[in-house]
Parts: sequence; C-alpha cells; structure tokens
Amino acid sequence: MHTESLNTQSSFPPKNTEPRPEHPPEVPLAIHDLTVAYHRKPVLWDIELNIPEGKLVGIVGPNGAGKSTLLKACLDLIPKTSGWAHIYGKPYRKARHRVAYVPQRESVDWDFPVSALDVVAMGAYRRLGWFRRVNKAETERARNALDQVGIAHLADRQISQLSGGQQQRVFLARALMQDADLYLMDEPFAAVDAATEQAIVKLLRTLSAQGKTCLVVHHDLATVTTYFDWLVLLNMRVVASGPAEETFTRENLQKTYGGKLNLLEKAAEALGHSID
Amino acid sequence: MNWTSFDTWIVVVGALCAVACALPGCFLVLRKMSMMGDAISHAVLPGLAIAFLITGTRASVPMFIGAATAGVLTALFTQWISKLGNVDRGAAMGIVFTTLFAVGLILIRQAADHVDLDPGCVLYGAIELTPLDEVHFGGFAIPRAALVNGVVLIANLIIVLSLFKELKLSAFDPDLANTLGFSSQFLHYLLMTMVAITTVAAFESVGSIIVIAMLIVPPATALLLTRSLPAMLWIASGTAAASALIGHVSAIVVPGWFGFDATTTSGMIAFAAGLLFFLAWMFSPSEGLIVNQIRQKRTQMQEPVMEESNG
Amino acid sequence: MPPWSDILEVLTLQTYNTRLVVLSTSLLGIAAGLVGAFLLLRKRSLMGDALSHATLPGVAIAFAVMVSLGGTGKSLPGLLLGATISGVAGIVTMLLIRNTTRLRDDVAMGFVLSVFFGIGVASLQMVQNIPGASAAGLESFIYGKTASMVHSDFILIAVVAGVASLVSLALTKEFLLLCFDDGFAASQGWPTLMLDMALLGLVTAVTVIGLQAVGLILVIAFLITPPTAARFWTNNLVPMLFLSAGIGGISGWLGASISALTPQLPAGAVIVLVAAALFLISMLFAPARGVIPRLVRQGRLRRKVDRQHLLRAAYEILESMASDDETRNIPLPMDALQGMRTWTPHQLGKILRVARREDHLEPAVPGMIRLSEPGFGEAARVTRNHRLWESYLINYADIAPSHVDRDADMVEHILGADLVSELEADLDSRDIVLPVPPSPHPIQTEPRAEA
Repeated sequence: MHTESLNTQSSFPPKNTEPRPEHPPEVPLAIHDLTVAYHRKPVLWDIELNIPEGKLVGIVGPNGAGKSTLLKACLDLIPKTSGWAHIYGKPYRKARHRVAYVPQRESVDWDFPVSALDVVAMGAYRRLGWFRRVNKAETERARNALDQVGIAHLADRQISQLSGGQQQRVFLARALMQDADLYLMDEPFAAVDAATEQAIVKLLRTLSAQGKTCLVVHHDLATVTTYFDWLVLLNMRVVASGPAEETFTRENLQKTYGGKLNLLEKAAEALGHSID
Repeated sequence: MNWTSFDTWIVVVGALCAVACALPGCFLVLRKMSMMGDAISHAVLPGLAIAFLITGTRASVPMFIGAATAGVLTALFTQWISKLGNVDRGAAMGIVFTTLFAVGLILIRQAADHVDLDPGCVLYGAIELTPLDEVHFGGFAIPRAALVNGVVLIANLIIVLSLFKELKLSAFDPDLANTLGFSSQFLHYLLMTMVAITTVAAFESVGSIIVIAMLIVPPATALLLTRSLPAMLWIASGTAAASALIGHVSAIVVPGWFGFDATTTSGMIAFAAGLLFFLAWMFSPSEGLIVNQIRQKRTQMQEPVMEESNG
Repeated sequence: MPPWSDILEVLTLQTYNTRLVVLSTSLLGIAAGLVGAFLLLRKRSLMGDALSHATLPGVAIAFAVMVSLGGTGKSLPGLLLGATISGVAGIVTMLLIRNTTRLRDDVAMGFVLSVFFGIGVASLQMVQNIPGASAAGLESFIYGKTASMVHSDFILIAVVAGVASLVSLALTKEFLLLCFDDGFAASQGWPTLMLDMALLGLVTAVTVIGLQAVGLILVIAFLITPPTAARFWTNNLVPMLFLSAGIGGISGWLGASISALTPQLPAGAVIVLVAAALFLISMLFAPARGVIPRLVRQGRLRRKVDRQHLLRAAYEILESMASDDETRNIPLPMDALQGMRTWTPHQLGKILRVARREDHLEPAVPGMIRLSEPGFGEAARVTRNHRLWESYLINYADIAPSHVDRDADMVEHILGADLVSELEADLDSRDIVLPVPPSPHPIQTEPRAEA
C-alpha cells in the first residue's frame, strides 16, 4: 500500500498480521500500527494504543483529527490501510458481543417511524439473531435501559418528538442493552442539555465502577479532566495517551492543537495528490 | 456498410441533440439531481398530449409550451411535496412523474382514435427518418430536426455561457448563491425549463431515451476525467457527440454480428454513451479502476527501493 | 357510466377474466407496498425506477434466446427470468459505480436507467425482425397490458407476490435496523451488504411481476406511492407497513376494476392515478403528519399563545394598578394593553375578539376592557406558570433574569399540567409564594423594540 512507503519507523508492516503477544490478552482495546485513508488521503497514521481495563477514556483532538474514524476503524466499519485493532485480544468480528457502539446522533434520520423503545430494542437484535422477533423479556430490558438513562416515561414517543438530549439518551440506552464490556461512544456530549450531560457522566461512572471500559470522543477541553481518568490526545496520530492528569499538559495540548504542527496534514494532502 | 448523406444527417441531428442535453446535464449531475432528467422526460407526456388535444396538430410551438409547462410543474410539485409533506425528494419525484405519465397515457389513449401520437414514439423517436423532413434554410435544405435541435443547442449554450458563474455557484453552494442575491430557486427552475425544452426538441426527432442518457452519462463520464467545471462541460459535450457517431455506426453494424437487421439508433446512442463511460471508469488517468491497479502494482514494486533510501 | 350491476359484478370479481386481473394487481399492490416501504425508509425509492428500466434488455434477449431454442418466445416465465437477470445486472452495476468511483447514488441510478433502457430499446428493435417469430406485444412490458393475462400468469404473480410479502415481513426487524442505522447494524455484525441485496432482490421480484400488469414505468409508482402515503398516517413502522400494503392493494383492486369497466382506460395508468389520489388524500388530511391537520395544530397553538399573552399582559397591568397587595379584577385601559407587547392594533383587535368569544372578557366601556371571572382566573394561572418557569430557569439553568422572560415565553405555552406540577414541587422548597409569585424581574410596560 502506498502509505506504507512513507512509514519510516516500523519497517514494512506485514498486512493481516496475526496478534503478536505484545499485550496481555485482557486489554480491552489494543491498536497496533493502524493507518486509515479516505480516498488515498491518510486520516490516521501509525496509531499505537493500549487501553487499560475499567477506565473512562476520553479521546480529544481538533476537528478532522480522526477521532470518529478511529472508532469506526476499530469496529471494522471502514477498511484499514494497515495495522490492526484487537478487542480483548481478538479481532473485532470475534469480539462483537463484548462491544457496544454509540454513533454520532446526526448519523441517523430522526424522522424515522420508530419509537424510543424500538430503537433501544435494536440493542438486542444481535442476541436475537435472524428472524426472531423482539420478545417480552427483551422489551422489559429495553424499558429498564430507558429507565437507567432517566427517560422511561418517553418509551412510546416517536423519536423525532424527543429533544436532542433525549435522543442521545436513547442511543445510550441502546448501548446498555448490548450488555457489553467495552463502550465506544462518538461525541455523546455534542449539543445536549446540561441535565443530559450530567446523566451521561453519571452513567459512565456507573459503568466504570462495574469494571467496564468506555472510550468517549469528546471535544470540551474544560471538562476533560473531571470526566475522564485516561486520555488519548489525537491528531492524525496519537500525541499522548495516559492517565488524565499526567497527559493533560500544556505541552501535549500544544502538540495536539498547535497550528504550525500540522506538517502531517500537509504531507497527507501531498500524498493524496501525488498519485493523481 | 453503405454510408450516405442520410447517415451523416442522422449523426448530425443526434450529435446536436446530445450536446444540447449534455450542457444542462452537467449541472443536473453536480446538483445531485440526475434523476430529474428521467422524471421530466417522462412527465412531459401529458403536456404534449394536452397541447395536442387543444390544437389538434403536432405543430412545434404548442408542443414546446405544453412540455415546458409539464416539466416545470414536475419540478414544482416535487418541491412542494417534499417540503410541505416532509417527504424524501426521490420519493416525491417518483410520485410526481409516474402520476403525470399515467395522466399522459390516458390522454393519449383518448386521442389515439383520431391521431397518430403513440407513446412509443415519445420514447424511441424515429431519428432514422429525420432526414426525410427537410426545411429550406438560407438556400440549403436541412432536416427540420437538425434545425430544431441546433436552435435548442444554441439557446442552451447561450444560457450556460452567460450564467456560467451563477450556475456554478448555485450548484456548489445554493445558500451562498442566495445570500449573494442569485436566487438559486430561479436558477433551479431555469435549469428545469432547459431540460424540459431540450427533451421536447429531442422527442420530436430522436426520442426521449437519448435525452435521459445524454443528460446523465456524458457528464458522469466527464466527472471521472476531470475536476474542473469548464473542462467537464467540454468533455461532456465531446463525449455526447462521439456517442452519437458511435451509436449510429453500431446501430448499422452491430446487429449484423448477431444476424439481425439494423436496429434503432437512439437506443444504440445510449449504449455508446455507456460504453464511453465504461472506458473512463476503467482507464481514467486519475481514478480509473485498471489504472489504479497498475499504479498500485508499481508502487509495491518500488517499495523496497524506498525503504533502502530511508535507511 | 356503466350500470350499477356491472360495477358490482366487477368489484366483487364475478367474471373470470376480471377476477384474474383484479386479484393479480391487488396482490402486486400489497407486495409492492411492503417492499416499497423499506425502500422508502432506506431513501432509495428511485432505485425502483432504475431497476425497472434495467429489466428491458432481459426481456428482449430472453425472447431471442427462446426463439432460437425453437419456442415462440412468448413464455411469460422465460421473459420474466430474463428481466430478473438484467435487473440484477443493473443493481450490480449501480453498486459497483457507487463503490468504486466518486460518483453519487443519483448518477449511478441515472446511468443504469438510461444505458440499460437504451440497450433494451435497441435489442427489442432487433428481435422484432426475427423471421418467423412475432415479437409484437413485447412492448407491452413498457406500458403494461393487463387484459391479456391468463391463468398461469396469475399463478406466477400470486406466488411471487406472496413470497415477496412473506420474506419482507419475516425480515422486518433486520430491514428496520438496516434502514434506520446501517453503521450500527454493521458494527453488530449484520451483513448489511447482503441485507441490501436482499431488499433489492425483493424489489426486483416485485418489479418483474409488475412488468406484465402495469408496465415498467408505472410499476415504479407501485413501489413509491403507497408507502409514502402510509407514512402520513403513522409514526410507527408496523402500522405503516400494513397501511402501505393496504393502500397498494386497494389501488390495484380499484384501478383494475375501473379499467375493466371502461375498456378505453389502460389499467396501469388508472391504478397509478388511484394510488396518487390516495396519496393526495393522505398528504392533505392524515391526522398524524398530514398538511392540513398540521396547519390546524399550528393555528391552534398560535391562538393559545396569543390568548396567554393577552391574559398575562392584562394580569400584569392589574397588578401594577392594584394599590395594596391584592390584585383585583377591575376594568383596565386598552392603551396599557397595547403597550405591553408588540401588537399592531389590528392584531390586538383580532385577539380581543377571540377572547370575547371564549368568554374571557366582559363587556366594558369603550377604550377599556374587563376580564370575566373565568378569564381572571385563567390570567392568574397563566401568569403564575410563566413566573414559575422563570424562577426555574433562573435557579436551575443559570439564565440571566434579564433574558428569562423571553426564554420562558418560548417554552411555557407547550408546558403540560404534569410539568407544571413538577415545577411546583421543585420550587416548593424555595419559599416561592403561590398562587402568583411576584415577577423575578422588573416588568416592562413600555412597548418593546421589535424582536
């Protein structure tokens, strides 16, 4: 692949690598040498990341830093140019049942003819498998999940009649339905009211207390250290990753958000064009 | 093959019509409204039928007016249904054009007893017969279809050249166009009117299937080859004209391979346009599938060399 | 106008031929309604358009092949098999264009539609000249030719429509997930590409059997119009599916019946017009999402807002006029009312007329207005709600007192009784004086600047 030729640190990464025993098998998410390109323009370079278990992880970085892309690549939603991402030591397709994904709210059509409860019940579809309908037990679980996010009374509302914060809570409830160990959330705090933000934080803490791991794409630097105990600073590559207080330094932020730094972006641009 | 001046005229008429379509087609494709061409070309049927029932002749002017009205109404109804009823644009378009087409079919059936207007002629046209219907123009005898399509081509050319900046802006960013005072609504309906009139001109001579194909396929081909709008217009026009030539030649030649007589030129023009698209798809220097494959192979072969230079 | 006995005979399927035709189009309508609903929710309605045009080359080629094998070439299953194959080829081309180029969905559809149709027209012309075989009638696949249906055609249509309906019902859950959130579906391990292919496969099946009945252009309407109409009636998927199937079925039944009664009307076109009429009715009158009910609701809300504004303005004037702590219901000058909001005299006149009609006002001397007893009570309630909400916003949402009036104004009109009691509970502990607490900000009695 063309991106590999620019990759100077790791020489010639073999494609489709089998997991090497570099990390203990129980690491919730281990990413090695991950590169992702859209239309030949790399958006993630050489990602190396190990997320420890039971942490609340914030992924922070400027617009276009590849935060959402990172989650999608971990979930096999977009092809990887090189490298791999392993969940509890296994490729994603073998560890699906342990992962819950909360997409960005704008990714779906909220005018769709379904109720909040219907959407939450979708979290059970994988468990149910082909052809089987949503049964009573799962409906009950869906109601509980809605209750957990504090909107049980809105279960039968059509989703367009919910506020932005309530829609986000529906998505969270759907993730809860999946009963996963690793939660990947794409900007759950985007454009929600203060009450919802607090409810989400509370929920994250509960999950974390149960030993679950949450990766949350976040964009509000002011709240980063209060919400999360582990941080990943991302700008096309991992600038820093570690415990929140240690990682959230001026220097690291400068590296992540600094204007002049983005040589990488220019290089990616050039690479995108050079082959034309 | 026995090429006569007859064939030359067929190609000329086809090319004029094809280029006339490709020009507004570029903007349709850029506005993500490719299917509007198809919708309008079906929906002009009731306009034609009503014009016909009122005047009782196949005279050009009432037909033009009827079809242009039907075309603009299609765009208007689509807009209304999708805005007022909160309906997906594609679905709104589908409902409008199928309904209008059904109305057209019924009207034509009512008139069918005393006139020769059949829906088949709207779709395939009879480009092979166009050279028979000649008009005298400045001392030359030229086919009427060449004159009609030529006039439409020139009109489209004038509109595209004089409003190039506005069309470009409103295709790219309708909101900005509005704030700058170029009503993108107006440009939208102007484009729809162009499409409708072009469709009718073609219906008269070559059939609307060419129109649908020429509105979409040459601009799509051009889009695979360039990212600049002026170049896109040039390439689309060139591809459209080439399709007319290739289409007519293959209408004569290809059926022979299977032991058939010649077939309709209009269908084969659409086919030829598809063929050119396929070539661009595979061999476009910037993003052709096969070109990409070859490039990837070459990069892979070069890789060890680069590794060495890095180390 | 045919006599009633004839109409009844057709509608109740008395004659054999009509029965075949009407049953076929009804079943077709039901199947198309179900499949089309998912197509609509996937935002791919026009895919049916491209697909139906793409079936034409298959019809012509199947005819040629069957003739060369020594048949008449007119066997319906054979022709439809050809149509299916070229329809699938059209879908594959579409998906390939979309996935390997920068071109968007609409271009891919337009390309397949026009080029396949062009090839179809050209090959139809070719096979028409096959010596010894009559291809006449193949063109009916473009416009439909319902009348020529025979028993075996009916069986074919019924079986395919039935299977397509059952499959789409069996896969409701999977299709729902695909249409609503394909990214989530993929992350859950559902084979989204396969589900998409399954959906398009069903569309192909419906289109192909629709070719015979209504023709390739009008079958598009069968796939698009009923589900779009059904969407106006409900916000839930399952009722929408059944409504869509029902509207499709009724269109097929009524359309084919009308056409049977008036032979000069082609069935396909009448069916499409019936469906369009049902669509129009749904769009205008359906209570859930129809245009007119929505306008009525908006008008009602506007009147409610106007009424509440009027009553609150009157109450606040009465408050300022009261000499002691107790606000009494006395006549108040119209000018003061005019000063409270940016009403034009015309608007105010209209609002007052409505208020009189609703018995919120009592007759008073010219230039003055006087609230009725119920009007006064309502005014106190409205003012109280407004102030409760304002206090809530100030105390809990950190909104500046200078802005709170406008913000409260935006939401208070849609507050339900349950929310008000919640507010009361919240504010109860905070020494808020009920029934009408004082305004948390100075009340402006001068006309405001235009917002």
